Amino acid sequence: MPRETAAISVGADDVAIAIARHAKEAGASIELIRNGSWGASWLEPLVEVAIDDKRIAYGNVEAIDIPELFASGFLSGGEHTKRIGPTVEIPYLINQDRWTFWRCGLIDPLSIDDFRAHHGFKALEKALDVGAQTVIDAVKDSGLRGRGGAGFPTGIKWQTVADVQSDQKYIACNADEGDSGTFSDRILMEGDPLGLIESMAIAGFAVGADHGYIYLRSEYPLTHRILSRAIEVARDNGWLGDDIQGSGFNFDIELHLGAGSYVCGEETAMLESLEGKPGIVRYKPPLPAFEGLFGQPTVVNNVVTLASVANIVNIGSDKYASYGVDQSKGTLAFQLAGNIKRGGLVEKAFGITLREVIEDWGGGTASGRPVKAVQVGGPLGAYLPAEQLDTPLTYEAFIEIDAMVGHGGIVVFDDTADMAQQARFAMEFCAIESCGKCTPCRIGSTRGVEVIDKILANENKDENFDLLVELCDTMEDASLCAMGGMTPYPVRSVLKHFAKDFSSAGSADA
Amino acid sequence: MTATAYDERAASEIIARFDARGDMLVQILQAFVERFAWISEDAVRQLANELNLSRAEVHGVVSYYHDFRTTPPGKHIVKICQAEACQAMGSRELSAHAEKSLGIAMSTSNADITLEPVYCLGNCACSPAVMVDGKTFGRVSQQRFDDIVASSGDAN
Repeated sequence: MPRETAAISVGADDVAIAIARHAKEAGASIELIRNGSWGASWLEPLVEVAIDDKRIAYGNVEAIDIPELFASGFLSGGEHTKRIGPTVEIPYLINQDRWTFWRCGLIDPLSIDDFRAHHGFKALEKALDVGAQTVIDAVKDSGLRGRGGAGFPTGIKWQTVADVQSDQKYIACNADEGDSGTFSDRILMEGDPLGLIESMAIAGFAVGADHGYIYLRSEYPLTHRILSRAIEVARDNGWLGDDIQGSGFNFDIELHLGAGSYVCGEETAMLESLEGKPGIVRYKPPLPAFEGLFGQPTVVNNVVTLASVANIVNIGSDKYASYGVDQSKGTLAFQLAGNIKRGGLVEKAFGITLREVIEDWGGGTASGRPVKAVQVGGPLGAYLPAEQLDTPLTYEAFIEIDAMVGHGGIVVFDDTADMAQQARFAMEFCAIESCGKCTPCRIGSTRGVEVIDKILANENKDENFDLLVELCDTMEDASLCAMGGMTPYPVRSVLKHFAKDFSSAGSADA
Repeated sequence: MTATAYDERAASEIIARFDARGDMLVQILQAFVERFAWISEDAVRQLANELNLSRAEVHGVVSYYHDFRTTPPGKHIVKICQAEACQAMGSRELSAHAEKSLGIAMSTSNADITLEPVYCLGNCACSPAVMVDGKTFGRVSQQRFDDIVASSGDAN
C-alpha cells in the first residue's frame, strides 16, 4: 500500500486504515508495508497482497471496497472486479525500461535491509573501490545528460568540479521540481530515497565533496518527511557521516526546503536560496562548477540525474549507453499528465515516439475526446499539435521542431482546450514567477499578457501580433535565464500551430 | 493551520535550533510559518536582530517567496493548482466553483479560509489537484472539493 503523494491524494491512507481494521476484526495476521509507488498513478490506490513471493495487485481500491474484498478472499489473492493480477504482469510496468526507478514500488523505501537486499549501496562500495576518476569516466561514457531539463553532459560537469582545486566543494541536488506535468523526482524520492542518497555520496566521492544539499520544494510535504527519515536511516547505519563504512570517506547531506518560488529551480537561483537569500538568478559565468554554493565549486544536478548514477555504476556505462539513440543515451522517466486516461510514470529508452507513450501507455485522453495539443517539458515547453505526435522523444528531434524534451513531462489537452488562453497563461506565469533581475523577463511577461489580451479583444490585431513576435524575440535573446528566455516557446508554438484560437476572441470553441 | 500569537521566546528557540545562521534564513522562516502561520513585523525585527542582518535584508527574503505571507491566513488554507496539467482537467472551472462555494475570491481570506492558487503540486497524473492544510488531494471534482472542504472544517 503506497505511502506516496498521488496514492494518498486519492485515498490510500483511508484504504490502509480500513485494511488494518478489517484484518483485526477478521483475526487475520497481516503485515502492512507502505511502499513507494510503481508510478502507475491511474491505478492508485493500488494495493498489493504479497503471498509468498508473488504480489497480486488490486487497482483503484477505495476504503468502501474493503469489506467486499475481504469477503472475496483478497488476502489470498481472491477474485474481485478490482483485481488486476500479478504486479509483474501489468503491461504498463513490464514494457518499460526500468533502470533508475526499478526499486520504486518494489521496496519499503525506509528499510535499509530491503534496500540492501536490492543492490542498495553496492554502487557506492564499488565506487569507493575503483576510485574517483573511474567513476567519472563511467558517467562520461554512459552519455548521461542532465535530466532536469537542460541536458548538459553530467560527466563533463563532474570532471570540471573534480579538476578544480578547492578545500571545500559541494553537491547540490535540485529537487525543486516545479514544472507542471512533472513528478518523477517526487516518485523517486518517496519510493527510493536511499537510492538518491547513495548516488549523492558517489557524486561527492567522485568530485571530492564532503557535503551535499538537497533543495526540496515546499509543495512536497510528504516527500520532506520521507526524505528526512531516509537521511537519518542512512546516518544511523553508517552510510552518511564521517568515515563511511570504514572507508575514510566523509559525506553528509543537509535537506533544505524551498518556499514556493518557481525560479528557484534554476540552478543559480537555487544556490542563492540555499544561502538564505531571495532566489534571484546569478550571472553566468562564473559557472557553479567553479563558483557555486558559498562561492565554492559545486555540482548542481537534478534528482533523477543523480539517481541514475548508482545504476550506471552497477550495470556499467556500456549497458546504459546501449539504450537510447544519438546523443540521447539511456532512459528518461516520461510523466503522463493532464487529460490522459492512464497517467503516471513511464521510464523508457529515448527514441520512443510521443504517440507511443500517449496512446500505448496513456490510452489517449481521459475525456475520450481527440488530442488537440501536448505540452512537453514543462511550462516553458512548446505546445505540439496532434500532427507532431510521431516525433521521437530525443533531445535532437525535439530541438528540430522548436521544442524540448526537458524533464520528460507530457501534458495532454483535448480538443476543448483554448490554446490562446494557454499562450496567455505562459506569459502570466512568467510575470508571477519572474525573479525580476532582468528586464525582458520582468517587464516583457507583463507586456506579453497585455498584448495577448488586446489581440483577444480584436484591438489592432495585425499590429499586436507583430508586437507579440517581437516581444518573444527580445525575451528569448536578452533574458538572463530560461524563465524569460523560454517563455516564448509555448507562446510561439500556439501562434504557429493554433493561431485559429486567437480569432475566436477568447471563447473556447471545441 | 490556525495562526498562533507571536511569541518571542518560541521564535528565539527556533532561531537557536538553526544556530542563528543567516544563511538558514529561508529555513528559519519556514519554521516560523509552521509555528505562527505568517511572518509579522515583530518577527522581521527579531530575525534581523538575532541573525545580525538588516531589516531590509530580512524583508527582502520574506517578500520574495510566496510561502511567507505577511498577513494572518484563515483557519484553513485551500490551494488550488492552476498549472497546465490541472488546467487540462478543468482547474479553471474548479477555481470558479471554489470561489462561489466558499464565497471568497482567489488570493483572498476570510476568518475561516484562505483561498489561493498554487503552481503545481506534483500530482499531475491525478489532476486537478488541491491542497488543504498541507494535505494533497487528487482527481478533485466540484462535488469532491465541497466534501473535502466540509470535512477539513469538521476536523477543527
